[in-house]
Amino acid sequence: MQELMKKYLRYLPHRFCAGCGNGIVLNCFVRAIDQLKLDTDSYLCVSGIGCSSWIPSPYLNLDTFHTLHGRAIAYATGAKVANNKLNVIVFTGDGDGAGIGGNHLIHAARRNIDLTVLLLNNYTYGMTGGQVAPTTPHASLTSTSPYGNPERPFDLCKLVEAAGATYVARWTVFQPRALIKSMKEAILHKGFSFIEILSPCPTEYGRRNQLSIRDYLNYFKELSNPQGNGSKIPLGVFVKKEAPEFCMQLNLIKMKAQGKRGEKID
Amino acid sequence: MEYQTFFSFFRIYLSPIKKYQEDYGILMKPGRYLVLGDIACAEGAIYAGCSLFAGYPITPATEIAEYLSRRLPECNGYFLQMEDEIASSAAIIGASWAGAKAMTATSGPGFSLMQENISYAYHTETPIVIVVVQRSGPSTGQATYPAQQEFYQARYGAHGDYESIVLSPNSVQEAFDMTIRAFNLSEMYRLPVILLMDGAIGHMREELIIPKPETIQIEYRYKLGDPQTRENQILPMGQFGEGHKLLVTGSAHEISGKRNYAPEVHSATIRRICSKISNASDIIEIESRYLDDAKAVIISYGISARPAYGAVLALRKKGIKVGFIRFKTLWPFPDIILQKLMNEDINHVFVVEMNNGMAVREVQRVIKNAKIISVTQLGGVIPSMESIIKKVEAQMECKN
Ligand SMILES: Cc1ncc(C[n+]2csc(CCOP(=O)(O)OP(=O)(O)O)c2C)c(N)n1
Ligand code: SF4
Ligand SMILES: [Mg+2]
Repeated sequence: MQELMKKYLRYLPHRFCAGCGNGIVLNCFVRAIDQLKLDTDSYLCVSGIGCSSWIPSPYLNLDTFHTLHGRAIAYATGAKVANNKLNVIVFTGDGDGAGIGGNHLIHAARRNIDLTVLLLNNYTYGMTGGQVAPTTPHASLTSTSPYGNPERPFDLCKLVEAAGATYVARWTVFQPRALIKSMKEAILHKGFSFIEILSPCPTEYGRRNQLSIRDYLNYFKELSNPQGNGSKIPLGVFVKKEAPEFCMQLNLIKMKAQGKRGEKID
Repeated sequence: MEYQTFFSFFRIYLSPIKKYQEDYGILMKPGRYLVLGDIACAEGAIYAGCSLFAGYPITPATEIAEYLSRRLPECNGYFLQMEDEIASSAAIIGASWAGAKAMTATSGPGFSLMQENISYAYHTETPIVIVVVQRSGPSTGQATYPAQQEFYQARYGAHGDYESIVLSPNSVQEAFDMTIRAFNLSEMYRLPVILLMDGAIGHMREELIIPKPETIQIEYRYKLGDPQTRENQILPMGQFGEGHKLLVTGSAHEISGKRNYAPEVHSATIRRICSKISNASDIIEIESRYLDDAKAVIISYGISARPAYGAVLALRKKGIKVGFIRFKTLWPFPDIILQKLMNEDINHVFVVEMNNGMAVREVQRVIKNAKIISVTQLGGVIPSMESIIKKVEAQMECKN
C-alpha cells in the first residue's frame, strides 16, 4: 500500500481528520487507477471546494484542477469537450455537487457527457463547520439546524438517474472492494457516471449526532430511505446502460458541418 | 540567441499563415461584407483561432452564440450552450487549460453571474475572452436598449486584487479587429480579456473589411516546455493531458501550483499578476484628434464616441476649438497617456458616456488642471450630437 501511495501521491500524510472517509476514498481511487493501468497522463481530476474536493488536490500526482465551490462539473465539461481524450474524474461533496452545484450535476447527466463524478455524501458542509446540506437527513442536528433539520434530503442516485446518467451507483466507504470495482466500471463507462459515496464526517456531523466511527456503519445501514417509505437506503449499482455520449455527438456535428457524408446524429 | 529569434519568428509569423492556408476554405474570405457587430466579433474569434465557445442566450449578445453554433463546427471547433452563464464561464476556463482558445459572450446580467469564475481566471492566469454586449440596466432594465454601464463591473466586478484588460470597439470593423486583439492579449499576458461592446455596436449593420490573413498577427500562449522565455513575469502555461501533472487551484499557491497561504507567497503572486499589466506598454490604444490648438476636449468611447466626434467637427466649424479623444482600451486606464495629451490651453474636458457618469471619475482622477464636465445619457439612448454640442456651448459661453 505504501508503495502504491508513493506512486500516485505527491504529498503525504494527508490532512483529513481522524476517521474521515476522504482518506479511504483516496486509497480506493489510487487502487482503482492502478488496477486499470490506463495512461496516467490521460487523467484529469477536477474538484470544487470542500473537504472532499481536497482528495485530488494537492495529493494526487495527476493533472488536478481545483476549481470553485459547486462548479467542478462545469469546468470538467469544458476540459473534456476541448480534449475528448482526457479521462475526467470529478471529486465533489454533497454541498458542492448537490447544493450549490446541483444544476450543473443534472445538466451534465442529461447530456450524458463522459465524466466520472465521485460525490462524497457526508450529510453536511464539512469544511465550513457542519451546516445543514441538501442531503442532511430529516430531523438531524447540524450547526444550522440546532432544532433538527426541517427539510427532506435528496435521493441523489434517483435524481441523476432521472436526469439521464448512464452509470449510477451508491456505496459506503466501509465497502472498499465494491467501491474500487465500481470506480473502475465508472471510469471505463462511456457516458455520465455517478457514484454517491456515503462517508463519515466524525468531526462535524458525527459529533452533533452522537455517532462514533463504529456507529457510522450501522447508521448508514439503518438510515431510512429519503423517499420516506420506511425502506433502508439501497446500495449497489442502479443504472448501467448505453446511450449516445455528448462528445461523440459534438464530433458527429462537426462532421455534418464539414460536409462529410453519411453521418447522421441520432 | 539566433535560434530564439528564428523560433519566435516562426511562432508568430509562419505558423498562422500555414494554418490559414490549410483552413482557408472555412474562413470568411478577405473582402468587404455588410454584417452585424455581433457577427464581426464572432468571425474575429474564428480568425483569432477560437476553438470553443460556451454561452447562454441573452440580448444583445445572442447573435454571437447563434452564429458560432453554426461556424465553429465548420472550423473544427466546439459550440456549447450551457445551463447558465456560471457554467459557460467555467467551461471556457476548463477548455483553456485543455489547450483551447476559448470565449463566451453575454450582457450585464450574465456578466454578473460570471464574476466568481472570472476571479478564478485572474488568479490561475487563464487566457479566456469574455465579450460583454452592454444593455441598459440595472437588473433587466431596458433589455433591448444599449448602454455603457459595465465600465466599472468590467474592472472591479470580480472579487480580489487584479488588473484588467478591457477593450471598447466603436464600429463593426473594430468588433472584428478587437476580438482578435482580445485573444492575442489574453494569450500573450495569460489573463482573461474583456471585450466591452454595447448593444448598439452589436446590433448595428455596417461594413466589415476582412483583410488578408497574412496581415493579421495571431499570438499563441507561452507553453510549458517552450524553449524561449518571455518578459514581464509571464509564466509558461501547462496543458492538461501532456504529462505535466499540473496543480491548478484558485487557492493561494506557489508558482508550482502547490497550495501555500504564507503572506509573502500570496502577496508575491498578486503583485506579479498585477505587474504583468501595469508594466506593459503595448496594451493601451487611444485615438486623438485636433488636440494641437484645442481649448476644450471631448472624451468618449464605444458607440457614444460617434456623436461625440460629430459634435467636435460641428463645433470646430463654428470656430470653437475642440479636440477629441476616444478610449479604445478602457482598462488599464490610460493615466499617463491622457496627461500627456492635454495641452496647457485645454480648460474644459467633456466626458460623454451612456451611464450616470463612470469614466468621468477616472478622468477627474487623472486630469487636475481643467474643468471636467460629465455628459451623461441614460434611458438606453445614444446621445445626440445636438445634445453634446449644447452642453459644450453652454459651458464655454458661461466661461467667456
Ligand atoms: C460561492 C461559495 N460559497 C460558499 C463557500 C464556502 N464553502 C466552502 S466549502 C463549503 C461546503 C462544502 O461542503 P461539501 O461540498 O459537502 O464538502 P465537505 O467539506 O462536506 O466534504 C462551503 C459552503 C465558498 N467557498 N464559495
Ligand atoms: S471536517 Fe469532516 S469532512 Fe472535513 S476532514 Fe474533518 S471529518 Fe472529514
Ligand atoms: Mg459534505
